[in-house]
Amino acid sequence: MNVAETPFDFVTASFLTRIGNQSAGTLAELLTGLEHCSDASIFHHTFQTLELHHFLTEGFSNDFAQWTLASANRNDLAEQLAVLDIRDYTSIAALRSDLCRVVGDFCGAYPQFASQSGLERFYFCESVEVTVSLGRSAHTLDEFREGVAHLSHAGFYHHFISSRLRLQLQTNDFSRWLSGSLGLHTLADSVNHIDVYTDTLDSARAKMLRLIDRERRKA
Amino acid sequence: MTEVLTANRIPLENYAEVVGAGEIEELRALAKPLRGRSIEMINSTAVGGGVAEILNRLVPLAEELDLGIRWEVMQGAEEFFDVTKSFHNALHGEPYHRKPKDFEIFLSYNERNRASLRLDAEFVVIHDPQPAALVDARQAGLHHWVWRCHIDLSHPHRAVWDFLEKFVSRYDAAMFSSPEFSRQLSIPQYLFYPAIDPLSEKNCPVDPEFVEQVLHRYHVDPQRPILTQISRFDRLKDPVGVIRAYRIVKRYFDCQLVLAGGSASDDPEGALVLQDVLRAADEDPDIKILELPAWAPLEVNALQRASTIVVQKSLREGFGLTVSEALWKKKPVVASAVGGIPTQIIHKHTGLLAHSVEGTAYHIRFLLSHPEIAAKLGENGHEHVKENFLITQKLKRYLALFLLLDRHQ
Repeated sequence: MNVAETPFDFVTASFLTRIGNQSAGTLAELLTGLEHCSDASIFHHTFQTLELHHFLTEGFSNDFAQWTLASANRNDLAEQLAVLDIRDYTSIAALRSDLCRVVGDFCGAYPQFASQSGLERFYFCESVEVTVSLGRSAHTLDEFREGVAHLSHAGFYHHFISSRLRLQLQTNDFSRWLSGSLGLHTLADSVNHIDVYTDTLDSARAKMLRLIDRERRKA
Repeated sequence: MTEVLTANRIPLENYAEVVGAGEIEELRALAKPLRGRSIEMINSTAVGGGVAEILNRLVPLAEELDLGIRWEVMQGAEEFFDVTKSFHNALHGEPYHRKPKDFEIFLSYNERNRASLRLDAEFVVIHDPQPAALVDARQAGLHHWVWRCHIDLSHPHRAVWDFLEKFVSRYDAAMFSSPEFSRQLSIPQYLFYPAIDPLSEKNCPVDPEFVEQVLHRYHVDPQRPILTQISRFDRLKDPVGVIRAYRIVKRYFDCQLVLAGGSASDDPEGALVLQDVLRAADEDPDIKILELPAWAPLEVNALQRASTIVVQKSLREGFGLTVSEALWKKKPVVASAVGGIPTQIIHKHTGLLAHSVEGTAYHIRFLLSHPEIAAKLGENGHEHVKENFLITQKLKRYLALFLLLDRHQ
């Protein structure tokens, strides 16, 4: 069994939601907010929402789509926002650009809806992550599996989803270590392709453990 | 100085059965760098009200994590609490008629408390407006002071807010229950949800036989759908609106309505509302209006568990934790989109949001017609509460905040 020189250090993460000073009551204001909010805010309302609502697998993809559906009552626009797959993006700037394009095109095509007030306002927020080492590390695939199996939702989210922002949205902590430290490139790739949109955090973890177990059987 | 000694200690390990061992391990890991550090929580009452209820649960858990936490209550006389009550209403957007000495009285009691409270902890958490001016005791650059505001500041009376903002802006951070309740401030603002305790009498699992007994006691038929709203008899909870919604539903479903709240006997306004409610009920035998004793958590628990659908048709709301209580019990909830309710009810995912009597009735009819969707909403709601609105999550947020403040020192 491969033994990594650099161990995988499991951390726990806690997230505070910082309330921004921007909000939107109409689609036009949502567009303005999208154009000017921080990168952290775009990340919060797209990626972070997957942790906050990890138990929802049907019809929920990001906060912008949910607000457009539930408050602005525009199912058509909500659908366009919901189908933007965050894994397709390699930068927050590109994700922001597409969000703005979708909302901007809609406002241009239907100006009568752009200034209609929604039922509730949308508040732009950011996530502030606080991490602490769990004092647990893995040098082998077996130890790694054990660590992953015992992570809390927040810890799993930190390594699997939140890490994508640090890693320019290309990969995640788990895949990077499996590939870089254990040389398990195929496993790393398979883990990276687990669908964070249609899986809950629990089902994503279960799939990952199954992939690891398959790799262990090969060994 | 009045330090509050908390009762009803529930060991942290007991929560592992509810939230999982990983979450408890995580709490311990987050608390480790804060071991022995001093924390002071200050509010204006040791009993009654949501803040005291939460601190009663939170403080023992923090102690178990070896944090040097203490909870102190500021002292005041009637004239002070008259002023803070008028501030409270004004901050909620109600009319405010300033009396000449209001601000002076507020400041003088804060000054007296500065002399008697210790205020020397490394992390000082001030709850709500009453003790906000204690921040005058803060020595520049020393320790961390944060202000936890539990009330809705979305439409405050200008003069009262302008007066308080001078103090609030001197804290390191402010925490609000909903983004909607926050203000434009120069200091960071964080979202801190109120929380329920899953092991308290109001939320713990109860014996089905006890649920049956409670229904029997209040003459509620367990065989027919039960719609329930738990809240005090207050116009802002719109109990008459709930009856109107029930009457629409009743045309299609043979259901019952339970309106349960605390006794209105010592609340003149509540007694008037109760009269209105009784008049609106018009002796309908399927409307049960229950004046529960002041503290009847197990009965509330049983009524929520027995409900087919829980309603919270408030016209205005703080956070509305009764919604989380119902979701925790996996109940489908139809609630108004006001205050903190939309945070708890993600429309069509963890419940249904309504904006009118007719909308409330429509959503109830829909759920009675589609029990499988109602069940799914209840399941999702339970998970949502587990992730966000339990006392363990609240403790975790505090730990994260203290760590963040410490690292940014």
